[in-house]
Amino acid sequence: MSTSPVPSGTFTPRPGAAPFHKQVLAQTRMETRLLLRNGEQLLLALVIPVIVLVGGVLAAGRVGLDFPAGAVNTLTPGVLALAVMSTSFTSLAIATGFERRYGVLKRLGASPLPRSGLLLGKVGALLAVEVLQVVVIGVVALLLGWSPSPGLVGLLGGALVMLLGTAAFASLGLALAGALRAEATLAAANLVYLLLMAGGAVVIPSTSYGAVGPLLELLPSGALGNGLRAALMDGTLPVVPLLVLAAWAAVGTLLTSRTFKWE
Amino acid sequence: MRYGDTLAVDGLSLEVARESITAVLGPNGAGKTTTLETCEGYRRPQQGSVRVLGLDPQRDRRDLLPRIGVMLQSGGAWSGVRAVEMLRHIASLHAHPLDVDMLVERLGLDSCGRTPYRRLSGGQQQRLALAMAVVGRPELVFVDEPTAGMDPQARRATWELLEELRADGVTIVLTTHYMDEAERLADTIHVIDHGRLIATGTPFDLTRGAGHSTIRLVVTEPFPAGAPESLQQALGPLTEVHAINDQSLLITGPADATTLATVSAWCEAHGVLPESLSLGQRTLEDVFLQLTGRELSA
Repeated sequence: MSTSPVPSGTFTPRPGAAPFHKQVLAQTRMETRLLLRNGEQLLLALVIPVIVLVGGVLAAGRVGLDFPAGAVNTLTPGVLALAVMSTSFTSLAIATGFERRYGVLKRLGASPLPRSGLLLGKVGALLAVEVLQVVVIGVVALLLGWSPSPGLVGLLGGALVMLLGTAAFASLGLALAGALRAEATLAAANLVYLLLMAGGAVVIPSTSYGAVGPLLELLPSGALGNGLRAALMDGTLPVVPLLVLAAWAAVGTLLTSRTFKWE
Repeated sequence: MRYGDTLAVDGLSLEVARESITAVLGPNGAGKTTTLETCEGYRRPQQGSVRVLGLDPQRDRRDLLPRIGVMLQSGGAWSGVRAVEMLRHIASLHAHPLDVDMLVERLGLDSCGRTPYRRLSGGQQQRLALAMAVVGRPELVFVDEPTAGMDPQARRATWELLEELRADGVTIVLTTHYMDEAERLADTIHVIDHGRLIATGTPFDLTRGAGHSTIRLVVTEPFPAGAPESLQQALGPLTEVHAINDQSLLITGPADATTLATVSAWCEAHGVLPESLSLGQRTLEDVFLQLTGRELSA
């Protein structure tokens, strides 16, 4: 520890907030780095989706699961949906739960960063991680023989589904993290993820679930999965899934704004 | 301020002068943190008003926050973030932050700069929290128990930094339950207990006011019932007698020959043997004991 004093005037007050866009950029960078640094988060973001994709394509051939469009073409949009869900819901909820626990939100609440800046920073980090996921999953899928031909409408539709899916799951994840303790959030976010992955029509089309299929289309997971499949396989703008996701985003936002506790 | 049935801060009224160090002193649970958090805008007072730099901490929060620095008592950083990385992040939210490297070196954080927050020692976490509070070049800094759990070297570095901040025109409000910290640093001390202000003054006013000194008397065996009261009677109204426990007394007042003679005579009359008898300046500890009848040290 230095005991030699610094020149007088070093600490003379010169307060001020950085420009808003710089604050948001700093927050985005910080949150992205932290998301990618965490081993469990990386597992959730990249390893599990890639395993599901590779495993699914290999298994489909063995057990004779019949996908008219081919296993890899059907499963890839679903795995992209799974990746969006893992990042915007599970990772976000867990990270935010622990931010509350460790007083990070409290400390940032006393910094110049407004709450809107904090939220934008989180959204920016989610989108950055999702771009990385799309690239990695896309490359693996192409290696497995994925041959998408969505056209411009399908690409636009796919991007919209991912954005609205992110909004819906992120708002629900924040609602969870803002209401429960950190450990309970961790458990609940993982449980919901597993349940939706298995039975929520994310990876596999809702039509494969028999009679409950139409109900699953109303879940955010089903809407996200079916929406991405419709966009990337059929090249259409999936209106119904987009409306379902928008409705969930509204519900999640309302819940979060009503119940979120910062400490 | 009320939490459930507990009145944490009650009718507290105090002012802080600019470019000074003000210590809010009190035992654990006295309401120090609640008072600070009300000034920082975390809590809305149920009654009364708070103005910080002339602003309402709740209504004018966005204008106020860039101008103040806040050091929380614990936490405030991601568990996986590296120490210097966290400090740089807070710096980047400000328009004219301090030189991060200078601050890191100044507070001895260079050796643990790449250590994740969760693996920092308690003292390192405290120093990081202090660095985060001052990096934005605030006009006013709130520090909550800045040196709790620090080793002596880190404490000294913290004190020196706070003194330099004051010399450069920063206003500092700190809470502490350490006497020596308040005596060394503070221009003004507010002593609070049970959420109420019980004394205000400079360290000099509080300890040496009215020509008071103290006599501490410890005896070998518990004194008989009613003994402290009889000593109080013998000494008269200019002197105050406090029984710290059943074997020691704190006597505050003029420590002249008459007082000492009276104390000796009282020992003889009650058949108690003094184990130690010490004369001294009144300390803040004594002041607190006198005001509340309790020891301050946590």
